[in-house]
Amino acid sequence: MAAKTGSTIKVEITRQSSPGSTAVVERFEIPYRPNMNITSLLGEIACEPVTAEGKTTTPVTYDSNCLEEICGSCAMLINGKARMACSALVDKLEQPIRLAPLSKFPVVRDLSVDRSVLFENLKTVKAWVPIDGTYDLGPGPKQFPQLQEELYPLSNCISCTICMEVCPQFNESTGFVGAATIAQVKLFNNNPTGRVLKEERLRALAGDGGVQECGFAQNCVEACPKQLPLTEAISDMGRDVLVQQVKDFFVR
Amino acid sequence: MATPRIIVVGGGLAGLSSVIKIAEAGGTVDLFSIVPVKRSHSVCAQGGINAAKNLKGEGDDVLKHFDDTIYGGDFLANQTPVRNMTAQGPAIIDLLDRMGVPFNRTPEGLLDFRRFGGTLYHRTAFAGATTGQQLLYALDEQVRRYESEGKVTKYEGWEFLSAVLDGNGVCRGISALNLRTMEVKTFAADAIIVCTGGIGAIFGKSTNSVVCTGSAQAALYQQGAYYANGEFIQVHPTAIPGEDKLRLMSESARGEGGRVWVPKDKNDKRAAKAIPEGERWYFLEEWYPKYGNLVPRDVATRAIHKVVYEHGMGIDGQPMVYLDLTHIDRETLNRKLEGILEIYEKFVGDDPREVPMKIFPGMHYTMGGLWVDFNQMTNIPGVYAAGEADYSIHGANRLGANSLLSCIYGGFVAGPQAMAYAKALPKQVGDGGHAAELARQQQLNAALMSSSGGENPFKMWRELGDTMTRHATIIRYNSGLAEADAKIVELMDRYRNINLSDKSQWANTSFAFARQLWNMLELSRVVVQGAALRDESRGAHYKPDFPERNDEKFLKTTKAAFVDGAPKFEFEEVDISHIKPRPRRYDATA
Repeated sequence: MAAKTGSTIKVEITRQSSPGSTAVVERFEIPYRPNMNITSLLGEIACEPVTAEGKTTTPVTYDSNCLEEICGSCAMLINGKARMACSALVDKLEQPIRLAPLSKFPVVRDLSVDRSVLFENLKTVKAWVPIDGTYDLGPGPKQFPQLQEELYPLSNCISCTICMEVCPQFNESTGFVGAATIAQVKLFNNNPTGRVLKEERLRALAGDGGVQECGFAQNCVEACPKQLPLTEAISDMGRDVLVQQVKDFFVR
Repeated sequence: MATPRIIVVGGGLAGLSSVIKIAEAGGTVDLFSIVPVKRSHSVCAQGGINAAKNLKGEGDDVLKHFDDTIYGGDFLANQTPVRNMTAQGPAIIDLLDRMGVPFNRTPEGLLDFRRFGGTLYHRTAFAGATTGQQLLYALDEQVRRYESEGKVTKYEGWEFLSAVLDGNGVCRGISALNLRTMEVKTFAADAIIVCTGGIGAIFGKSTNSVVCTGSAQAALYQQGAYYANGEFIQVHPTAIPGEDKLRLMSESARGEGGRVWVPKDKNDKRAAKAIPEGERWYFLEEWYPKYGNLVPRDVATRAIHKVVYEHGMGIDGQPMVYLDLTHIDRETLNRKLEGILEIYEKFVGDDPREVPMKIFPGMHYTMGGLWVDFNQMTNIPGVYAAGEADYSIHGANRLGANSLLSCIYGGFVAGPQAMAYAKALPKQVGDGGHAAELARQQQLNAALMSSSGGENPFKMWRELGDTMTRHATIIRYNSGLAEADAKIVELMDRYRNINLSDKSQWANTSFAFARQLWNMLELSRVVVQGAALRDESRGAHYKPDFPERNDEKFLKTTKAAFVDGAPKFEFEEVDISHIKPRPRRYDATA
């Protein structure tokens, strides 16, 4: 599996020059160096944009920024699996390495997709703490380390959308918001100040496309590069949404 | 009068901070960013944010933080803004806490603090080892709230190209490139705030993110803005060498007790854990008994460089030393440092809880940046700057965990100042220079698109990075700096024969990169020529031929102006109104 110095790395990339155009596969052979990752492989192609057949092509368009799996940019399908390109090490991958864009988001070009739906979802569920202002109002409420340790993992979500990509329920017919957004609802509903908007958030998660769409496939929690406790968050929020619906039924 | 309209460029901590202040004060903001703002480089900051809250009974206070910052910066920073920043530190931490940043807590439920380099106090608040991520998200969430209220409009996927200047040289907006449609447009504003971060890309490989090219700062410099202290480049002592970048290994690893060492016997082939305590050389602890492993970054970096290249003591003869956490219990490590340990595990393959990490210094931060006054305004009226993109706070060397604070402080000053400026701004005459700037940008783009030589911009960039890293990082010689400048001029010449290999008008990353590359070349000249002129050693700037600090000649801010296509330098007095400069000796024991 792992290649040696002097050999080449075989890569097949699904490319598409614009949103409307047909996807084609281009093959590349890159001189092997140890310890490469997928983003450095794509960097090599940019320096020498020639296919394995010797045809001159264009550098591959893809999203990337931090290259250390914290900005959430470079999610793509690598050998069919949704993962971050920066932390995908060539030496650990079966060849030919197949790269393709995430399949559930509109392709912009090549491996770059439009994932703005997640940021829109975060608006819908009011994923923020509604503070009074930024002037000096003294410290926040005391918070025991036990609560901090429960919330911190949820705050590590990098918005990569891999949990949405791998979810069988995340598609146009359900309109499911996906695990990432639900986890943020749990985060803010448990914040001592953020919980003031708890009911609004739960109502936003009720009904079509809401938390009830989850089919418990558990793909999200397995694929999440940051190991967020996603299924736990979904089941907690599912329960809270139900309680809220019952409450609303009697009060309204 | 009409609501002031402000453009903020860059959505990291500095940009988002200024956006929040403007929206809160009733202004309207257009926020431009190459990447979705939640993916900005601030997300990479790890260790924490400094503020003298004195929650550990150590007698810390904001004046001690002020003194540590000035001393750590080798007295090159103007003292008034640093004094203001450190004074606001505690309130900024409180605000972040109220915004929901999951800071680590003490058993009583108060904020926990850890130690960092260049201070003897526990002054650094932290959220695990992903503090930058947590801070960025908190501000991102507040901005999303204002966005949903219609006070902020985001232009994500747009790259700043230039300021629009009217006939009097006053800023009236920006020109920007849509990175999908490749369309250039100008946008009107009463003032702009440039928060475009670092310049790591001019060194090829660094700890910085891909977008940290310095392109925006360089564009403004070419339009008449001063670029100050460009020669002061921080090389972080502990980075993980990599194929595509140098990944940061936070100073917090040492703040939590991590120790740096090499085997005493350079031929020792044993695994690190098999080498007994007595056969390890803890050179930082030996050379700097008072601060130990927590000397400032420039000091630690030079020490590691010396051990590897002068003593020939790198592990296995390689340019690497150990950063050892294995004596600390797993539970503590996971609670306080998990984020960075995971990075090491994922990219290197070893578990740093079990095996000492192998690290080496890597280019990390620019202390220099756009010159600004004490209100964060550049010398171009209406153009403000904040964060790493400005030069104002860190002098000749930045202390760890001061960058997050300086970003938020800078944004909090720039936002309200830009608002006040905008309210007093006389109405523009005619179109304020918009048509002319649009035409200039379209011409530049057309020329680049039709260029048909044999030079690949990505390959030229590698050559630039190699040169800059060799000649303008830890050790500088005037001969090497001259060689680097000649190399940059050669690359500028070859740029005329650039071949984009992608001529399409949709999401053309080669095109956007080639535009950045020219700006990187212009900025690189400012760095190397500024370094050549400064014949002394101060903070991160070290010349073996001039090993001492020379206050008489060089206690001055370097200011580069773009004149006739090249940097022209002048020097400005430093504000030393609060603390008298004294020798900077971290090896002293008293």
